[in-house]
Amino acid sequence: MSDIENIIKLAHGGGGKLTLQLIKEIFLPAFRNSILEKLEDSARINFYGKNIAFTIDAYTVNPIFFPGGDIGKLAITGTINDLAMQGGIIDPLISAAFIIEEGFEIENLEKIVKSMKEECLKNNVKIVAGDTKVVEKGLADKIYIITAGVSFIPEKVDLGVHRIKEGDAIIVSGTIGDHGAAILSTRYDFKLSNSLISDCASLKDLVKSLLENNIEIHCLRDPTRGGLGTVLNEIALKTNFGIIIDESKIPIKNDVRALCEILGIDPLYLACEGRIVCFTSWEEKENALSIIKENPLGENAMLIGRVTSKFSNRVVMKTTLGVKRIVSMFLGENLPRIC
Amino acid sequence: MNEEKLRFIDEYRNKELLLKLIKKIKREIDNPIKIMEVCGTHTISISKFGIRKLLKGKVDLTSGPGCPVCVTPNEDIDWIIELCRKFKEKICLTVFGDIMRVPGSNSSLFIEKAKGADIRVVYSPIEAIEIAKKRKDLKIVFFGIGFETTAPSIAISLIEAKKNKMENFYLYSAHKLIPPALDALLSLGEIKLNGFILPGHVSTIIGSNPYKPILKKHGLAGVITGFEPLDIIQALLILNELIKNKIYDVKIQYSRSVKPEGNEKAKKIMNNVFKECNSIWRGLGEIPNSGLELREEYNDMNAKLHFDINIPPKYENPACKCGEVLRGIIYPFECPLFAKACTPNSPIGPCMVSSEGACAAWYTYEDWRKYKEMIKNE
Repeated sequence: MSDIENIIKLAHGGGGKLTLQLIKEIFLPAFRNSILEKLEDSARINFYGKNIAFTIDAYTVNPIFFPGGDIGKLAITGTINDLAMQGGIIDPLISAAFIIEEGFEIENLEKIVKSMKEECLKNNVKIVAGDTKVVEKGLADKIYIITAGVSFIPEKVDLGVHRIKEGDAIIVSGTIGDHGAAILSTRYDFKLSNSLISDCASLKDLVKSLLENNIEIHCLRDPTRGGLGTVLNEIALKTNFGIIIDESKIPIKNDVRALCEILGIDPLYLACEGRIVCFTSWEEKENALSIIKENPLGENAMLIGRVTSKFSNRVVMKTTLGVKRIVSMFLGENLPRIC
Repeated sequence: MNEEKLRFIDEYRNKELLLKLIKKIKREIDNPIKIMEVCGTHTISISKFGIRKLLKGKVDLTSGPGCPVCVTPNEDIDWIIELCRKFKEKICLTVFGDIMRVPGSNSSLFIEKAKGADIRVVYSPIEAIEIAKKRKDLKIVFFGIGFETTAPSIAISLIEAKKNKMENFYLYSAHKLIPPALDALLSLGEIKLNGFILPGHVSTIIGSNPYKPILKKHGLAGVITGFEPLDIIQALLILNELIKNKIYDVKIQYSRSVKPEGNEKAKKIMNNVFKECNSIWRGLGEIPNSGLELREEYNDMNAKLHFDINIPPKYENPACKCGEVLRGIIYPFECPLFAKACTPNSPIGPCMVSSEGACAAWYTYEDWRKYKEMIKNE
């Protein structure tokens, strides 16, 4: 089995345990610094006296067009969301690079660029720099988009894992797994219903309303690859606290549940592209929940659990049948079961 | 899709009813019973819903050879890997997702894919046929694993390929049949059981009749069961009645899907394309008439005949106890590699690799540290 651990597999990019292993064993030892090692959704930097959020992300989604969005919309909202999770909501600027496979249709590129433009206009965000590369057929899969973003963080805003305390309430801003389910249903051509639609959306305004209402937010997370299960595990590992969640409180659309039942996949590990996991003080939970619910993206928000000193470093779920079970970290690949 | 369509899930997870039945089981079972489930989906349900915990002290649940990925031996995986290596760029291998991570003697399909082999995960063999229709320049090989559940749909894909006179579609059949494996397992005499939770999907195809002579021969009871918590609990109540009354027969709890005679149409399709053959099972060795091989009429689509593949002798990590786990002799956490060298992150044996394997289910959902402690103190 000599080379099994010595080669990059798809799961290394899945956002779960293997991705974390790559970061911890390869990237962090080489690039370590006090900002990077926090491993937040974007970096918080004090730049000549001002706090800014700074991020980069690469988008390689397959299929590039899916119910509820496309790779372009995803790149813009994903970058805005990474900034917003650090409180980076003031005047975001984005740069975008395109790696395009030879033979890609101009018409599709136009569609993607149009949806990027629309998303930028909607969020009052500008793309201020870019790059284009075309590679030989077969050297890329249609199109990849890489976006970097930068934004000011309002004064006195400090969000991050370091602020999480025992007893913090955990709120999720809407149904989980919608994006992952939309992608899987398109990829495997399951025409279950028309409501398997990605939740792909910008969370900037939702975060803004939480901050403007002075809600005591400790940490925000954007549960993309690896889903809710992985985000909670990452936090449990970093804080030394445990996390307890209540299965019956986790909002999941029936259609997403049905697809997961058919494929034998756990919705806890399906990606979201328009949801926040919000850690707030227990006293503030009702206020936080009502502000999130006021936003159209947060109408299905739920209080799903809390941070506890029990189960150190682990995520435990109280199942609908009243039994507690471990929620492990996602491995990196959602594979449908055989039978 | 609305609430109505999910009633088969929600109704079978009704907490109040479930707790009522649990109380009933606790009342009715005087002597603890040891039951084996022979289906990976049951294994997952038992662990995921905490059924083992709810019935502790009354029902001892152990997993058997019911995960198709787990019982596929290294020989088959090595053959497929060698095929990918020898005919790289000429073939496209299509597989069910679960088999991708299973290590053979020296590699896995994920590794071969990362090294450039054209391997595609499909949900149905019909998808493989679609690829074959589009890519006439490639030979499309489908790695057919699974039990009686998947065999009929794979048979249909072969019938479709023959009808369309396709010349670039091949099947490597590693299909297995459940009843002969149960007979072989019990004949070893290694494990003392009171009964079986029998697989719902397999039985939807074959019905309940094939289990009867085996249960009678070995003096055991069996109940064909659905996959929701209430299905499993109800099956255990029925099993307890059978065991108490020494009725060595099979009952159908999963009557919303299973008939005693099974699905005649599916069986006919399966028998038109496949014939029984001896087959090697991980953990159980070669079992007579426990596999499915293509009939002669399909020789031109039989990958085993078409491709000239030689594989070196297999290698298995001697410390890996997947064989014992599959025979129900040990619990997964009793394997020396469990949660140490072997985790879902870096699995050594297939029972940790497959999402429906017993080791993965224990590692992911069960409080195995407590059980380990308990066994140590006994």
